[in-house]
Amino acid sequence: MAAPWLLLLLLAAPGAVQGSGCRAGARGAAAEGCGPTGLLLEHSFETDDNVHFRKRGSLTWNVQDGTITLTQRQLTEDERGRLRDVAALNGLYRVRVPRKPGAVEGLVAAGHVSSFVPACSLVESHLSDRLTLHVDVAGNVVGLSVVTEPGGCRGHEVEDVDLELFNTTVQLQPPLTAPGPETAAFIERLEMEQAQKAKNPQEQKSFFAKYWMYIVPIVLFLMMSGAPDAGGQGGGGGGGGGGSGR
Amino acid sequence: MPGRRRSGPTAGFFIMAAALAARLWLLVTLLAPATAVYEDQVGKFDWRQQYVGKLKFASLECAPGLKKMVVATEENVIAALNSRTGAILWRHVDKGTQEGAVDAMLLHGQDALTVSNGGRILRSWETNIGGLNWEMSLDSGSFQMASLVGLQDVVKYVAVLKKTTLTLYYLSNGHQKWGEQLPKSESVQYQMVYSYGTGVLWVLGVVPNSHVNVMTFHVEDGEMVQQVRVSAPWLKSLSGVCGVVGKAVLVCPDSGTRSLFTLALETEEEMKRTPLQALELEFGQGFQPWVLPTQPSPTSASRPQFFLQLAPSHFALLQYRPEGLSLLRSFPQTALVSFGTSGEKTVAAVMTCRTETKGGSVEETLTKSASDESSTQEALICTNQTYTINLYLAETGRRLLDTSITFSLEQNGTRPEQLYIQVFLKKDDSVGYRALVQTDDHLLLFLQQLAGKMLLWSREESLAEVVSLEMVDLPLTGAQAELEGEFGKKADGLLGMFLKRLSSQLILLQAWTAHLWKMFYDARKPRSQIKNEINIDNLARDEFNLQKMVVMVTASGKLFGIESSSGTILWRQYLSNISPDSSFKLMVQRTTAHFPHPPQCILLVKDKKTGRTSLYVFNPIFGKWSQVAPPVLKRPILQALLLPIMDQDYAKALLLIDDEYKVTAFPASRNVLRQLQEMAPSIFFYLVDSERGRLSGFRLRKDLTTELNWELTIPPEVQRIVMVKGKRTSEHVHSQGRVMGDRSVLYKSLNPNLLAVVTESTDLHHERTFIGIYLIDGVTGRIIHSSVQKKARGPVHLVHSENWVVYQYWNTKARRNEFTVLELYEGTEQYNATAFSSLDRPQLPQVLQQSYIFPSSISAMEATITERGITSRHLLIGLPSGAILSLPKALLDPRRPEIPTEQSREENLIPYSPDVQIHAERFINYNQTISRMRGIYTAPSGLESTCLVVAYGLDIYQTRVYPSKQFDVLKDDYDYVLISSVLFGLVFATMITKRLAQVKLLNRAWR
Repeated sequence: MAAPWLLLLLLAAPGAVQGSGCRAGARGAAAEGCGPTGLLLEHSFETDDNVHFRKRGSLTWNVQDGTITLTQRQLTEDERGRLRDVAALNGLYRVRVPRKPGAVEGLVAAGHVSSFVPACSLVESHLSDRLTLHVDVAGNVVGLSVVTEPGGCRGHEVEDVDLELFNTTVQLQPPLTAPGPETAAFIERLEMEQAQKAKNPQEQKSFFAKYWMYIVPIVLFLMMSGAPDAGGQGGGGGGGGGGSGR
Repeated sequence: MPGRRRSGPTAGFFIMAAALAARLWLLVTLLAPATAVYEDQVGKFDWRQQYVGKLKFASLECAPGLKKMVVATEENVIAALNSRTGAILWRHVDKGTQEGAVDAMLLHGQDALTVSNGGRILRSWETNIGGLNWEMSLDSGSFQMASLVGLQDVVKYVAVLKKTTLTLYYLSNGHQKWGEQLPKSESVQYQMVYSYGTGVLWVLGVVPNSHVNVMTFHVEDGEMVQQVRVSAPWLKSLSGVCGVVGKAVLVCPDSGTRSLFTLALETEEEMKRTPLQALELEFGQGFQPWVLPTQPSPTSASRPQFFLQLAPSHFALLQYRPEGLSLLRSFPQTALVSFGTSGEKTVAAVMTCRTETKGGSVEETLTKSASDESSTQEALICTNQTYTINLYLAETGRRLLDTSITFSLEQNGTRPEQLYIQVFLKKDDSVGYRALVQTDDHLLLFLQQLAGKMLLWSREESLAEVVSLEMVDLPLTGAQAELEGEFGKKADGLLGMFLKRLSSQLILLQAWTAHLWKMFYDARKPRSQIKNEINIDNLARDEFNLQKMVVMVTASGKLFGIESSSGTILWRQYLSNISPDSSFKLMVQRTTAHFPHPPQCILLVKDKKTGRTSLYVFNPIFGKWSQVAPPVLKRPILQALLLPIMDQDYAKALLLIDDEYKVTAFPASRNVLRQLQEMAPSIFFYLVDSERGRLSGFRLRKDLTTELNWELTIPPEVQRIVMVKGKRTSEHVHSQGRVMGDRSVLYKSLNPNLLAVVTESTDLHHERTFIGIYLIDGVTGRIIHSSVQKKARGPVHLVHSENWVVYQYWNTKARRNEFTVLELYEGTEQYNATAFSSLDRPQLPQVLQQSYIFPSSISAMEATITERGITSRHLLIGLPSGAILSLPKALLDPRRPEIPTEQSREENLIPYSPDVQIHAERFINYNQTISRMRGIYTAPSGLESTCLVVAYGLDIYQTRVYPSKQFDVLKDDYDYVLISSVLFGLVFATMITKRLAQVKLLNRAWR
């Protein structure tokens, strides 16, 4: 049915945009040229609810073919412990990237886009998360989404070994193109139906021609019984006939 | 209109039986519920109220004996009102933009002349039936003034003065008689035109702080006869300051030299100065004085008497004679003045505040005003809200006896703004009059001295600008409340409970018998006499909760409580200190369900310029301000959230977030604060800064501070956010999924935190313009879906409900309106069926979308809503024609297949067709069109099948809709007699046959 088609559409859409990625990127204020640009990925998890972003890795965004890759380092012993503490306190694990792909290091004036997951779900997923960088039509960074897989906190015990390396999937998500009304396909379908009808004259018979054997006895019966509703039913039947003849 | 007897269902069944194997889907379209009403249902469940808006011009001086007045309003409406009832006789609604604005209105006999669209269009209306006599489009140029021009006692022409030209048009057909370019129009500001039937026409122009240009034209051929330059270095502007009195004498006040200047246009070439001190008058400080003359007929000279406003509440009646000006009477402490003429008599109407103490009070206030300078500096403050209008003879300034009309304004803080009078001579030659008063809360009052009754009628014209509304359930009756209260109380012994039950049942029985008696009593009276008067005392919920209280907030800051079944205004409240450019948010803090606590509404008013926010708490049923003191808001409020947390008196907690991201809770009781602390980590909210394109999410901390959680930026240089829409919190979704043709279930993705964000591109070139749609989770900031609609332009109308979003836009390439529908599904398996959490949804939902062509633009859109969400949904689409189209959501379903298969037929999916048609039988408001519809509000009723609808714009329309027909109600024409006679007949027949059978058995036994 429709659902599998849509899945295909979702998969195909980034591919379709890739071709125009460079052009779109060049038009935008953000991207400089068509070469790969770097975005600093930072994260923050503090036990005292403060926000203190540290480097987690760097994203390399190849505007030309619309791909994005992430290089990141391992969590240190100290960080691992802190992540566990934050998870125990039901704290948040935040990530952010700068809006403008400028210098990888240092502050970026244009601001950041940020997102979060509950720290416990990151711990329980053994540091496997999925980052999606959303961009707009002109190639500007709009937002960053992070989800862990599996999501949610169920209170599972996690070993230290599982908290060393991030298992991250990175994805670039430009906006999809919403479809317009599909007139062409509709007309095609209509023509096809017409052609089929022309081929198959059996189908062309009108409603009355097909069902007269049912209608006549009922009409007769109604006339005999003299029900006042007979007129209405006859009219309804006629109307139905017209509709079905299409 | 079909006959009363409905043959649809039987016919439908007949087709179904015959053509089941053929095309089932066709039936769906055939059986789609017709929402049109039957002829005898017109006005039964619906009502419409029409308005004209705030008055700009009014003319009561129609021919005597005619019961109408002609008005032109700020809403660009030209209408005639019946002066006996206030009903609209006819109404013409022009464009709502600046293009339709009425610049001037003149009345001549049966014709009304209007100039609109900045002087571009001159129209003549026939005032009896409202027909258009003629219409002329004029040359461009900024409009200054229009005036009727008469020649030898016949008014034949209308003169239109623009910045650079003076043109004369025939009144009979609108043709131009002549047009003249005015000299030196780049330096001289021509502002006034005057004539009095002598065959010449004066045009007055001013060069600010230099001189006045007086030009004389011949009416017949437009030849300029004379041009005079009069030095007036103190004069800045003529219009709204100076006036022409008597036989073409210009009178200008000058506050700098504290004097009046006069200039006889025909003879003099120099201004004559009269110091105010000579008249024993003085101007108010910082007030621009102005002259109000009167010219009863364009063919005769103006009256030599005129009003001069000296201060906001001080007027003086002056007279011009060639030898000089003289004071006829001074009117201190006066709100408004006006002139009226009947025949030869010209009278002045003066509205003053009625002081409470009788006798000697006039002197008292006089001395008071003299001693206390500041009291005359401000507009008149009338503490008891009671005003008196008195008539004075213009010639002498003498007060006419028995001409005072006293009226009170109901609302505190309102002030009369405009006064128009109509004077007529009574049989005994004394003067009678009617007065039209408009107040600053846009209330129109029509007053007449008539056998002790003063008020003839009133119109609430502020209802032409409803900005926000809510529907609130009516309270239970005493008996019902008693029964409800029984369940609420703690158990106090078996016997006590039993007695209480008995007593409440008795009360119910009593109420029921009273009801029966009333029904019986009413049934004997003729139908026309039964009046179900609804007033605030007998308000009670009906058994199906179809009757509700509609709380409306209008742009002028007036609140109304309107009973939904009849449209009666039950209460009104005026907020006097609302700036005209404010935004309103109305919320229901406590519903009627918590007896004995009264329901409670909150109105949040934010001044868009200063950002100042104020909070008002009131009872929506009775319109009384609540005793509860609302919190004082020092900083502008960015966001207001109504949380499901309740205080012990069942008031929902309101969180207000100010521009420093600090949180204020209301009510700030200990109970609420404790609950807030407990819930804090799970309270998230979002803020939108559309200027910077920034969306951000926050979380509440235990100490009621906030922390930033997520941040998105939609670059404002590429696209700007125009709309952010969440779902309605009161919405119920009955079905979690859709059963597909193969018997599997497609689960809906029902994220209550989902926001639909619409952006429009800043580039408006028709090839590059686009509309962006972002679906964002309001808790995590995750972008669930983002798409762009290319070559599309706003204005976008969007409905967000259940698991779908429908939006409408203008396709610039195909030049047509289009709909796109998005539906979100989780797939055939649910992730976590028991509870939803935005924090635990790793999988993105599947997004299905489809687009359709819509043949019309739309002005408002809303989805129907019902109590439990079982009834199928319809979209209510307000069309610019004023009709409301009820469009089944099934027609906007992205799963409509392009090629129908066996499974899609099984599912009753209608095959895709790219266009959505407008069928007139789907109009829910038949011929009751709603002018300039701005919004549609829907509310559930107690019946699952029924949804209440209020559409508002210039008019207000209320009705009920039944998207899945009335499956839970017997039809209106249900044949009770037949069914009961059949039942009785059957019972009777059973008894007889039983008896017969017994006899027969007995006989057989004997045999």
